[in-house]
Amino acid sequence: MSSYKSPAMQRYLRRLALFMVAYIALIFAVGTVFRTNPPTGALAWGAAVLPALPILGVFWTIARLLAEETDEYMRQLLVRQSLFATAFCLSIMTVWEFLQNYEVVPPGNGGFGAAFFWFVGLGFGGVWNALTNRSASEE
Amino acid sequence: MNNRLKVLRAERNWSQQDLADRLGVSRQSVNAIEKGRYDPSLPLAFNIADLFDLPIEAIFLREGDSE
Repeated sequence: MSSYKSPAMQRYLRRLALFMVAYIALIFAVGTVFRTNPPTGALAWGAAVLPALPILGVFWTIARLLAEETDEYMRQLLVRQSLFATAFCLSIMTVWEFLQNYEVVPPGNGGFGAAFFWFVGLGFGGVWNALTNRSASEE
Repeated sequence: MNNRLKVLRAERNWSQQDLADRLGVSRQSVNAIEKGRYDPSLPLAFNIADLFDLPIEAIFLREGDSE
């Protein structure tokens, strides 16, 4: 998000790394289970939801960062970044939905859901913030 | 909002990082406030005023007021 690493940002990065490791482990483990011995019924529901949980954890991590960051300017940048991500994600998903409604594109999303586009938007928002700070560096 | 932060900092020979450390904020925050890209909250404005031992209105200027 920027080169500045406040204590809140350091906690955010630790939490983010933890959830990303959990996500990678679960996406491979659950994928393997569904390919080799697909569960059924409630077990299938439970297993399929497992990889989503670390993603929810990342959302919680971002919420904690916004709550814990004591530097008000950096917090404002984070809020702007999150709003940019939300607008980016909603725009992509809205356009995609209409393309599907009129059957211009096939149903499904190829595994690229709303969270994916939100994180892409978060990345773009981070670049915007970095450019803002760089252009105003100390003379 | 215009402000005299850069002048006050220069008078004390402080870098932006020095001021940021004294205020407990990031250097980017000091930079954004100095350049008028970010208006600090009242608590931060009071902290800045306390640090320079000046009233807020001697540091932050109304639009149109010159330094």
